[in-house]
Amino acid sequence: MAVTFNQTGDGKWTLDVRGYSCPHPQMYTKKALQKMAGGDELTLVFDNPSSGESIMAMCDADGNEIVDRIEGGGSFTWTIRKA
Amino acid sequence: MNTTVAARSGPATAWHAGSTKALGLLVAGVLLSIWAVATDARLAYILVYAWFGVGYGLLLQYGRFCMASAVRDLFAVRVPRMAVGMMIAVGLYALVSAVVTLAGFSGFHPNPMGWHVLIGAAIFGFGIVFTGGCASGSLYKAGEGNVGSMLVVVAISFSQAVVVSAGGWLDRLVPASWTASAEAKDMPAELSVTQGWFDQFTAGYVWDLKAATLADRLGAADSPWIAVTVNTLLVAIVPVLVILGLLYWVYFRPGYMRRAKIASPTVGQHLAGLWAMCTASRNTALAGAGLGVLAGAHVWATGAMRARFEVDNFGELLAAMNHQAGLSMQDTVFDPGYWYITTQEAQWGAWVIERLGAPMRDNIFFGLDNGVPSPLLNAPGFMSIGIIAGAAMMALARREFKWKLPNMEAAVFALVGGTLMGIGARVAMGCNIGAFFATVTNGDPSGWVFLLGMALGAFAGVKVFAWWVDWQAARRGDDLAL
Repeated sequence: MAVTFNQTGDGKWTLDVRGYSCPHPQMYTKKALQKMAGGDELTLVFDNPSSGESIMAMCDADGNEIVDRIEGGGSFTWTIRKA
Repeated sequence: MNTTVAARSGPATAWHAGSTKALGLLVAGVLLSIWAVATDARLAYILVYAWFGVGYGLLLQYGRFCMASAVRDLFAVRVPRMAVGMMIAVGLYALVSAVVTLAGFSGFHPNPMGWHVLIGAAIFGFGIVFTGGCASGSLYKAGEGNVGSMLVVVAISFSQAVVVSAGGWLDRLVPASWTASAEAKDMPAELSVTQGWFDQFTAGYVWDLKAATLADRLGAADSPWIAVTVNTLLVAIVPVLVILGLLYWVYFRPGYMRRAKIASPTVGQHLAGLWAMCTASRNTALAGAGLGVLAGAHVWATGAMRARFEVDNFGELLAAMNHQAGLSMQDTVFDPGYWYITTQEAQWGAWVIERLGAPMRDNIFFGLDNGVPSPLLNAPGFMSIGIIAGAAMMALARREFKWKLPNMEAAVFALVGGTLMGIGARVAMGCNIGAFFATVTNGDPSGWVFLLGMALGAFAGVKVFAWWVDWQAARRGDDLAL
């Protein structure tokens, strides 16, 4: 399974890093957010729990907002709105 | 952070299938322990390691506590979360260790200080960027169902076993002074210390270095109270406070002040910011505190077991139980008495290689010091297994357990990174637990050299990793190519 990053609509992006351990998810999330414009939303799918802690701290530091979190079965789907 | 979280997976406290499996694992562990003690009360020695391992695993998974990310995430994504958690753990471990040492239960031995610590730690630090976890981190992630992390453990095990027993062309790289010094040690002939680079490195270089706590180096070891105070304050507490201050100033303060809309902060506001940094990830802070206390208690528990059975090393108990096969020529086995990861995994690798017919005892590491016990009688080995089991229990209970098969890229990273970690750990005489966490908390400053080396290696690793990510994205031509 490879990393996939796609624009799914106007200001909507999806990044799927399932199957990857640290540091892939947080580094790809950082790159994806750099690519996006302010106000855009990223749907991030990952299954490495510890990456979530780093991504949360990253969003906190940069002012990006995690607006939705769906978690269960070892997978995490977060929606992040870029500041 | 203004986070609106939609709870779609049900309350975390509700009973679910994962809770039942976690409880099943716990009950199985308890029943096995009862059976073991009923078979032979001396097996309680192994159980102390095993259950402390379970405790470490529970807390590591709870706090997503991986020391690899302490240095890696600082450089990769400028997140100080784990570095802060690690410092909290170091501070508390040091304080508990001080009490344990004064109570006379510490079996700690300082590591020799030399260039090998820096170089080995740098190799180790480079490797952890690619494996996604340190040695303990890989164990707890294996407990989350991460097969890639299991590959890392396998790579660490075999690479160490091969490194300490390898000869051939590697011997030609050994300085003549090491060979001469090793030869002068008058070691038993069957160890053939002038053959095999690691033997010559150990006997001809490492043994000639000084291993001492700071109090010993300063000549302040006459009074136990003064020695413990010097060691705890100067080797652990002061460096921890300095590093926390630096992490706050460089990584946390700018974002914190921006969010709090403070332009000219007062000292009080800085202290509030420092506290906010330490508590930013509640799970990490709690896990750090718990691990610090648990690691200190572990030293006491093993010390109490040694006093109870009147032994200095588990090898004596194994011999008394008629299990001589895995003992070293000194009738010892690896038995650190505290949280340690890599050496027992090297023994697993060596045990398998021995079963395949290759000799593994003609070297100092296994033959003289650590032995090659069966995995069923490897006491610290059960600590590693305990970490996997404890992490699996916590992950199952939190609905975070998931079997994750690595793709080819992740599998190669796991095997290559794990091999580098194994090589680095042996050159540095331990990993981030044995050569850093256990040392600086017991007055041995060599651990800070290890941390510096690990940070330098991780910095280089992050640069190479970032280049790899960019190259991959450019090759695919997708939107991640920046």
